[in-house]
Parts: sequence; structure tokens; C-alpha cells
Amino acid sequence: MKIAIASGKGGTGKTSLAVALLHANAERARLLDCDVEEPNCHLFLSHTVIGHKAVELLIPQVNPNLCKLCGKCVEACQFNAIAIAGNQVMIFNELCHSCGGCARICPHGAIQEFPVKIGELSQSRCKNEAELLTGTLEIGHASAPAVIKAAKKALPLQDVPFTLIDSPPGTACTFVAAVEDSDFVFLVTEATPFGLNDLKLAVEALLNMELPFAIIVNRIQSETNLITDYANQQGFPIWLQIPEDRHIAETYARGGNLLDVKPELKKVLRELLDRCQP
Amino acid sequence: MKINKPKELVVISGKGGTGKTSITAALAQCFSTKVLADCDVDAADLHLLMKVKSYKEYPFIAGHIAQINEEKCQNCGLCATICRFDAITQTDNLYKISEQSCEGCKVCVDACPNKAIEWIESQTGVWKETYTEQGLMFHARLFPGAENSGKLVSHVREKAKQYAVSNQIPLILVDGPPGIGCPVIASVTGASAVLIVTEPTPSGHHDMKRILSLTKHFKIPAYVIINKADLSDEFCTRIQETSEQFNSIVVGKISYNSLFTEAQLLGKSILEVFPDSNESKTIKSIANVMSHKMELQISRND
Repeated sequence: MKIAIASGKGGTGKTSLAVALLHANAERARLLDCDVEEPNCHLFLSHTVIGHKAVELLIPQVNPNLCKLCGKCVEACQFNAIAIAGNQVMIFNELCHSCGGCARICPHGAIQEFPVKIGELSQSRCKNEAELLTGTLEIGHASAPAVIKAAKKALPLQDVPFTLIDSPPGTACTFVAAVEDSDFVFLVTEATPFGLNDLKLAVEALLNMELPFAIIVNRIQSETNLITDYANQQGFPIWLQIPEDRHIAETYARGGNLLDVKPELKKVLRELLDRCQP
Repeated sequence: MKINKPKELVVISGKGGTGKTSITAALAQCFSTKVLADCDVDAADLHLLMKVKSYKEYPFIAGHIAQINEEKCQNCGLCATICRFDAITQTDNLYKISEQSCEGCKVCVDACPNKAIEWIESQTGVWKETYTEQGLMFHARLFPGAENSGKLVSHVREKAKQYAVSNQIPLILVDGPPGIGCPVIASVTGASAVLIVTEPTPSGHHDMKRILSLTKHFKIPAYVIINKADLSDEFCTRIQETSEQFNSIVVGKISYNSLFTEAQLLGKSILEVFPDSNESKTIKSIANVMSHKMELQISRND
């Protein structure tokens, strides 16, 4: 079963929760870091890298000997990635979505596609034996969703009942690529106006996608707060609230995790996964 | 002197939740004339710290999506085999295009031998022109899961720039998105300078390195603010060293405290609620430094 850990707002504690969930469920879970623009789980898990694999996209190249400068490719490209400058066709790799449209449409067979590296997957075994798979987008490339999809397709080191997916913040196409086809989503937020505003956006996205979810509120000052008010009013479940605690922040700053400060949460974090089962 | 090219200062972070928006709102108080732009189009929050007087909303049409006309479709399946985004699947003998997965490349539309795929204009969000006590703000809302966040970001920046030029406003202050991908690239290309808000944690440091690599790649001057600076001396030192490696400098440090959250709960910036706090003084000094660095001809609210 796939469980995504997501949030509208960044920095609410997705990675902390994902890492703590993996610690608490080490023998029955693996973790995919799909926040490929800024993957962070590896910083909080002692692990040994087993292998790397490049993520590539097919990017077109024009053969100037065959090109007649007819402009059909420029017209066909929906992403402004091709232009004619002087007497040559220019291709802007970072704008290309790798749809293959230009190569298909070229009447002179002048366009061929070649693989270009846009990211990397690295597979690790953590000290607690669980698997961590990290997707990383290459600097300067825009196609994060392609790296996320590749990470989700990677073969597991071993079959385990739960695959945890640390997702990117926001509600745009990267969020969709990470959470789509999950069986359950944990939405992590904090009890602030920003946290509430962005939670509502993420909830709207998940309702559109018809994905079941539960809310986890981080850094609460009080058991009743603006997130609990909203969730109660809307009938959305809150499964865990974590108090604001400078000690947790300091532990995080040292590369530690939530369970170092609150070992009593281990049982709760195991139950969280059990509760996702239909 | 006529302003043809207003200065554009973009606040970004790599890692989310480091305090970009709270700091942008506080910086906004420091400059007397500016245009505001919120380029975090899929989770915009800056308006929550602004006193909004009124706003106008416009649809944002970016590109198209493909849709199969069931009456014309002969179920040949060619579209599904050529789609690179796994957006076309067959269920109950009918081919369907997932709106969520379609990237709008038009390949299937051109290839369909029965001309059964329609090419429909798609609205992917709205953009807004909002009158606030801090001047005009441009922001947007990408529909959940929509494509083209980069195009919407560019649109917001363009509108802010047009307004700044026609009203001779020297500064555009931009609240940027987290990450290093498409919307971030669209937010920073061509900017006068970026301010990177980070925190002294393993992830804060890791992510600021990646965002500094990105700004170096695009040759944009970058400056660093360390938020929650008292959480770890070790990582403050590392951030300082990394900044120097990238020819960047740390222009301010803010301590871990609840003042930003308290101000946020009141819908205000820290400068309005706690004007005499050390944090507010630091923000003012950062505004001062950035004006000099960008050679901004502007009066500041001291």
C-alpha cells in the first residue's frame, strides 16, 4: 500500500514525519523521497548507498544537413522550446517536455531524439535495514514530475507492505505526480493562517483526485486551534497533533528525528499506518 | 530619470517554510514605493499579511488540453501508444485522456487518423490585481494539480513589471516559491537579485546549496538570510562558508522566536506588530543593505 506524506505549505514537517514513520516501521516500510527539487530524507537517516541510476528524457537534436528550415517543428512545439534563429533551428532543452512531437512532424526526418540526464535515483539501505530511494532533479532542469514518476517506478529492494512517499510542497503538477495512485495521504500542516490556507488548497486537490486523507498538525500551541476548528467543521479526520517544542527543532538541527525526542510516539506512528488500511 | 527597468528583488529559499513570506511582508514595510508580486502560485500566502482594500480577478488561459470525441473515435489506440505522459488509457473499450496527466503537447491531436481528438483551450488558474495598504500586489492561484505553473509565474511578474514601468515605480518585491524547479526558474530568471531565506539545519543548508547553484547557473546575484539562527551554531558556520563559496554573503540573522507567528495570527507583518523588536531592526538593516546592493534610488521608511 502506498501512503503519500504531503502538504500545501512547505516546511511543516513532511520530511520529519516521513523519517520518523520509517524508523517506527522499519521492518515493514520503504521510503521514496519524491521531493526531488529538494530531497532531504537522506540527511536524517544513516544509510549506505547501494546504487545510482540516471533519469533521462529524450531531447530532440536537429541535423542541419537535412533541415530545410520549414518551421513545422516550431509550430508544433507547444512549449516554446524550438525557435529558428538565422539559418538554424535552436532547441532549448530546459523548456522541452520530451513529447516527441517535433520529431514526428518533421517532414525531412531531420530531428532525432537523444537521452539527456535530468535527474538521478539513488537507492540506499538504512542502518535500520529499511530502504530509502531518493530522486534528485538536476540543477537548471524544470521537469521535476518526470523524476518523481521514475522514482515511483523503481523496483523495491525487497517487497514490504508499505511504501511511504515524501512529496513536494504545493498543489501543482509535482504534487500530483507524487500523490496520484496513492492509497492514502497524510496532509501535514501547522496551526497558523498560512498552514490553514495551504491546507485548504491541498484538500481541494485531493478531493478532486478522490484520494482519502487524514490531517496531521505540527507545532501546536494548544489542542484546539484553527486547524482543528476547520477540520471539525468540515468533518475531516485529524490523526495526530505534535506540540511546538524548541527541543524538537534543535534535535532536527542536529540531524536527529522526532523519535529521539519523543520515543513514546513510536506506537502511534505504527498505528498510523495500520489505520490507512481499508 | 525615467524608469524603464525597475529593480526586481526575489525572496526564495529552496526549502519550504523557512519564513520567505513573513520576511517579504516585513521588507515591504521598509520601502516607500514598490509593487508586490507573489509568485508562489500554488500556495500563495502573502495576501494574508496585507490589508486588502479591493481586488480584481482575471482568468489565466495557458495552452490547451486534448479531449477525445467518442463519436468520431474508432478505438485504434494509436494515441495511447504515442502519448509520452501515460495520459491516455482504455477502459470499457473507450479511450479517455486524463486531464490531470495531459501536458498539452498536441501530439495525439495531430496524429489521430480520424481527427477524433479535440483541442480545447484550458484555464489553469486566475491572476489577481489586489489593492493593499502597501500598494498594488499581483498574485495568482493555479488550479489544483494544473500544469504551467511556470507560465503563470511569468505572467504575474510581467504584469507587475508593466505596472511598475507605467507608474514609474523603481522596485518590484517578489515572494517566490520553494524548490528549484519550473516555478522557481520562472521566478528568478532576469531578476536584479535574490534573497535566500534559510535555516541552520541539515536540510536548510543542503537546500540553500542547491538554490545557490541554480542562481549561479542563471548568473543572478544572491544574498542569504539565516532564520532561526540560534538553533545551531555549527550550521550557521556552514551556511556562512557555503555562501562565501558561491560569492554570496549573509546579510542578516534572525533568531528562533514566536513573534513572526504572533504577527501572522493578526494578519500583519512583524514590523507592524513588534516594530521595536530585534527582528524588525534586522529586517530594516537587510532592506538597507539590499537598496545599496541593487543601487536602488528609493526612499525607505526608517
